[in-house]
Amino acid sequence: METHEYDVIVIGAGGAGLRAAIEASVLGARTALVCKSLLGKAHTVMAEGGIAASLGNVDADDNWRTHFQDTLFGGKYLNNWRMAELHAKEAPDRVRELEHWGGVFDRTPDGRMSQRAFGGHTYRRLVHIGDRTGLELIRTLQDKGVHQGIDVFMECTVTRLLKDGDRVCGAFGYWRSTGDFVVFRAKALVLATGGIGKSYRITSNSWEYTADGHALGYEAGAQLVDMEFVQFHPTGMVWPPGVVGLLVTEAVRGEGGILRNGEGERFMERFDPKRMELSTRDVVSRAIYTEVQEGRGSPHGGVYLDVSHLPASFVKRKLPSMYDQFLGLAGVDITREPMEIGPTCHYAMGGIKVDAETGASRVPGLFATGECSGGMHGANRLGGNSLSDLLVFGKRTGEGAAEYATHASTPVVDEAQVAAGEVEMLGYLDGEGEDPYALHAELQDTMQDDVDIFRERAQLERALAKLDELQSRAANLRPTGGRVFNPGWHLCRDLQNMLVCAQAVTRAALQREESRGAHSRLDFPEYDDFWGEHNLVVERGPDGGMRVEPAPVVKVAELETLVLERMAVELA
Amino acid sequence: MWRGDASGGRFVDYEVATEEGMVVLDALREIQRTQAPDLAIRWNCKAAKCGSCSAEVNGKPRLTCKTRLDELGEGPIRVEPMRAFPVVRDLVTDVSWNYEVNKKIPPFTPKPDTEWRMGQADVDRVTEFRKCIECFLCQDVCHVLRDHDLKSQYFGPRFMVRIASLEMHPLDALDRTELLAHEGGIGLCNITKCCTEVCPEHIKITDNAIIALKERVVDRLYDPLPMLGRKLRGGG
Repeated sequence: METHEYDVIVIGAGGAGLRAAIEASVLGARTALVCKSLLGKAHTVMAEGGIAASLGNVDADDNWRTHFQDTLFGGKYLNNWRMAELHAKEAPDRVRELEHWGGVFDRTPDGRMSQRAFGGHTYRRLVHIGDRTGLELIRTLQDKGVHQGIDVFMECTVTRLLKDGDRVCGAFGYWRSTGDFVVFRAKALVLATGGIGKSYRITSNSWEYTADGHALGYEAGAQLVDMEFVQFHPTGMVWPPGVVGLLVTEAVRGEGGILRNGEGERFMERFDPKRMELSTRDVVSRAIYTEVQEGRGSPHGGVYLDVSHLPASFVKRKLPSMYDQFLGLAGVDITREPMEIGPTCHYAMGGIKVDAETGASRVPGLFATGECSGGMHGANRLGGNSLSDLLVFGKRTGEGAAEYATHASTPVVDEAQVAAGEVEMLGYLDGEGEDPYALHAELQDTMQDDVDIFRERAQLERALAKLDELQSRAANLRPTGGRVFNPGWHLCRDLQNMLVCAQAVTRAALQREESRGAHSRLDFPEYDDFWGEHNLVVERGPDGGMRVEPAPVVKVAELETLVLERMAVELA
Repeated sequence: MWRGDASGGRFVDYEVATEEGMVVLDALREIQRTQAPDLAIRWNCKAAKCGSCSAEVNGKPRLTCKTRLDELGEGPIRVEPMRAFPVVRDLVTDVSWNYEVNKKIPPFTPKPDTEWRMGQADVDRVTEFRKCIECFLCQDVCHVLRDHDLKSQYFGPRFMVRIASLEMHPLDALDRTELLAHEGGIGLCNITKCCTEVCPEHIKITDNAIIALKERVVDRLYDPLPMLGRKLRGGG
């Protein structure tokens, strides 16, 4: 079988994976990047609004402490404090570095990087270029990586991690274009596979976001944290049907967009009069959902987001892709009429539990970064904190993996594990069974209907029962066609990952009997003191079953004053 | 829709119920979901930001996620893979050549002791080129690559745009005109502007990138005064 050997293998080539691979390679590790799509197509391109970093170019008072406080307030104090601290402190350097690698961002009048306002950020903080910041970021990293000597395996899907005793030693996967199998041997592995959105019917995520890293990590023995917190972005398109869920950047509100319900009322006044449209995403999503549920929605089941009061030239310059997107896909000229928008499943706060300094999971040799890692964002992520997260922790994780690889012995791959990977993939091609697309739709309906923005016990229990049923049926999936670029076949494997992750989300949501951040329980609508001090950690138990246990929030004594100071301000 | 692989293929008819606002990619995914589960297509963002879903629709290179059915008029819609690249299967083509070309372009190289200040106007100028989503539709439609298959002699419009984004970056110190003139093959472009017409990002590829770079090549490499200077310094 085709086999490759590296010091460090990074799985996933969005911003986090690219940044990790660059760092590992800079430090001398022989590094490869393995990704499901073509290079440069990852969902980082859909991050539109900007990169949060307290440069203070526009608001001179900004500093890492305020960024740290904003992040913790946004995450409802469940964030790993050390991660939030490192993130706030290092984001400015990571952004400047990006500029030094050729990234180009909008300017202040005196020629420095400009910064825009965003939900939950005290100061104007987001470095941006129009509304295509993510594309700028990924292209800059891609071009840096190309010349850094990283080998890239494009359209290559990893289906399982290989282990040598307790440590990971490689990965097994297939080439999408041929269906041939491939083995990667590596001293260290970095998971950077992004999100889980494809488990939901209405999502801003593409076909790729099937919880691969979450599931691969879990199955290899890593812990997951904060899985109950799934971010529903307040503003996705609601019409026409083909684009339901498609992201409408928060920059629309950052630049002055106003939310109104079907009756023309600026309803955010009732939900967060202090921050209004620029409240945190959890609050705005709940507000929109509530307006629609209570009959004050727009004709297509959303609410209105309006920038038509702003000068048309300003809108076209600051939000060019939104202008194109609405004109082209919905026939709406946003400089003249309001957009119709509603919540869409956007981001997983939860992910593999990692060491803040190095990105190491508890499995030796296994690292994680970006959306598939957890801890940084707590109960709710602030807009703009994702691009900065993947730069800061992408670099740290690349360092961690390269450092680990310098001390690790050459791993031995167990042929039996490789054979098991082959048997699984080939098994889907034999005989009769269920259509993977139909089963996927059932999974999406389950998560959308029962593990949505608002949750309650009966719904969550119903979802768990349904997930069990889907899990057993998923063992018997049969696509039509052969091995050459067959998306139906690929989906069979992706579904296994989504099912593991959906179960983790649902079980954690059931256990957290309170409402906090992105997790709202109709049967437990208030904050709870115990849960305010605990994260939920998901792991595979010794019996093979899924175990969910509370664990105290990771705090840093020196930061206590900053946190208490912010809590006091918010209570006042 | 064209179905097949490297060994050959044929057009197969599919019928899909349409709904308001539907784009070609919606129809393709509906076919995949209900009639042809193994249909090979590429797509990611579905918002014209990633450049994955390129194909030829009624003979024109298009992003299928951005092409509305109602703008194509009555009658059947013909969808086939990009013809300038080898077919893998159905609508998926092997575009790896493009990634090899990109490796040949020297990266951004800042001037020594750069002070990191730029004007918004400078940013706006390179932004046009940096908007490129690498859909490769311009490569697909380029006569030099498509009809004459001169991939070994010309980088193609996408990489003229890429080089323009570097050459016109106000803080870049490198001169890529030698590369453009020789290995890059900019002289092969006869400015028919087909690439500009198909660009979903509305980049004026020919006018703002290729012609501007051609002028640079002429100025730097063939202008008599600098040529004389180089000769005196012992260069070419």
